[in-house]
Amino acid sequence: MSKVLMKGNEAFAEAAIRAGCKCYFGYPITPQNEIPEYMSHELPKAGGAFLQAESELAAVNMAYGAAASGGRVFISTSSPGLALMQEGLGFICSAEVPLVALNVSRGGPGVGGIQPGQADYIQVTRGGYNGDAKIPVFAPAGIQECVDLIYECFDIAEEYRNPVLILADGMMGQMMEPVELPPHKGITPVDKISQEKPWAITGTDSHEGRNVIYSLRMQPEVLEKHVEKLFEKYARAEKELTRWNSLSLKDAEVVFVAFGTMSRLCAEAIELLGERGIKAGMIRPISLWPFPDKAFDELDKSTRLVISAELNMGQMLYDVKNAVQGRVEVGLINRTGGVVPSSLEIVERTLKLLEETK
Amino acid sequence: MKYKMFFAGSGGQGTLAMGQMIAKAAMHEGKEVTWLPSYGPEMRGGTANCTVVVSDKPISCPLINEADVLVVMNLPSLLKFEKMVTPGGLLIINSSLVPEKASRDDIRVLEIPANEKATELGNDKAANMIMLGAIIRETSVVRPETVYDELAVMFTGRKEKFLPMNRKALDLYLH
Repeated sequence: MSKVLMKGNEAFAEAAIRAGCKCYFGYPITPQNEIPEYMSHELPKAGGAFLQAESELAAVNMAYGAAASGGRVFISTSSPGLALMQEGLGFICSAEVPLVALNVSRGGPGVGGIQPGQADYIQVTRGGYNGDAKIPVFAPAGIQECVDLIYECFDIAEEYRNPVLILADGMMGQMMEPVELPPHKGITPVDKISQEKPWAITGTDSHEGRNVIYSLRMQPEVLEKHVEKLFEKYARAEKELTRWNSLSLKDAEVVFVAFGTMSRLCAEAIELLGERGIKAGMIRPISLWPFPDKAFDELDKSTRLVISAELNMGQMLYDVKNAVQGRVEVGLINRTGGVVPSSLEIVERTLKLLEETK
Repeated sequence: MKYKMFFAGSGGQGTLAMGQMIAKAAMHEGKEVTWLPSYGPEMRGGTANCTVVVSDKPISCPLINEADVLVVMNLPSLLKFEKMVTPGGLLIINSSLVPEKASRDDIRVLEIPANEKATELGNDKAANMIMLGAIIRETSVVRPETVYDELAVMFTGRKEKFLPMNRKALDLYLH
């Protein structure tokens, strides 16, 4: 199959269509506007439905309703928009409805700015919804990986009957890279949905009696049992969905921990540090929840410093320290507000941290 | 082989399209590419620039610290980005809109009166294609035939009538 040069946002939308997305709901927000734009003209051609909602709150609740009927549903937004969607995501977790959501993140807090940021790390890994719920989150480093993840996450969401989040950022959404698009799966017809998803509300013609999707459980014991059932799924997710990528850990004096766009800058910083005689490596978490604690067991004896490199004030640092377990020093290299550092800045700050931890 | 290129101009000059043409052609030649635009609340007449990396190997980072090739379409771009060029690198200036000379003497400078030449050809908008021809001749980053193919794809349907003029513009400095 041949590659096409596509803008990230358009490729992400196309990936969802090819995965068999039946409904897309969205509300415009930079830097992901090419997604609803693309969906508005391409999704109907594939037999799906596009709807621009009146707000992110409306979009996520429309998605909840549509997904309850068992079809594949995709939503996308950017940071402050995801904050508005949090309530709905909690409801969807409780109701055990599959959904794929993409956050093309930008700087915050508040409306913040529109340049790339990773300040949603805590928002996506801990959630802004109430209650005991978890959402698997994947952070791709490039357009191809993001396309592949979106395509796969529809399967994951259905297997776990839970929302799945993908965290990209403004740079990934706006840039172009060659991408190989996966084949069209087609939209699943209703009769097949009712066979494969007996829980789905497909109408009493296709299932016995009423199917009810809800998140209200008034009796504490009943709710506790329900949450325990959710957590059996989350325990399985920790086993099955933990993903990471390790780069040059052998003999590394310093190891970066970075995801998404920041991991690409660190990859170049590793080359530049190598030219200066310093061996550096990287652990790139692909799943942010579950966080790849196990990756840190691969740290070499040569490593004396682990650096969490992030486009925020150090939101991943807690997870990194928790995974390192005091085995080596942990430092932070960060910029925020939409500022992306150069690989040279990362090199200089790494040298300084190495000096300080001698 | 790795080219780190930076294209700067104002919205409407076809600056981003120039970078895209090179990225698409290079991809079709089997090379790794990234194309990264600046983005913001921008409009026609505002700033527009993009970074293009072309390489034989996978590209770790789409951002660049310095450019092997810098293409400036207007004066503000020259003043802001001239310092980005690698010593010994190439700076291509649209001299129609840049009344000043480059201030560095450790780089190669090429001046192309792109808007004047495009006007002579009958369409001021083809200035970017004139620049593109010069870039390809000077750098050999992609082959002319691949760019011809891309041009034919770009100008199809209702836009097909613009193909001959753009081809002429591209050819002006290509050979």
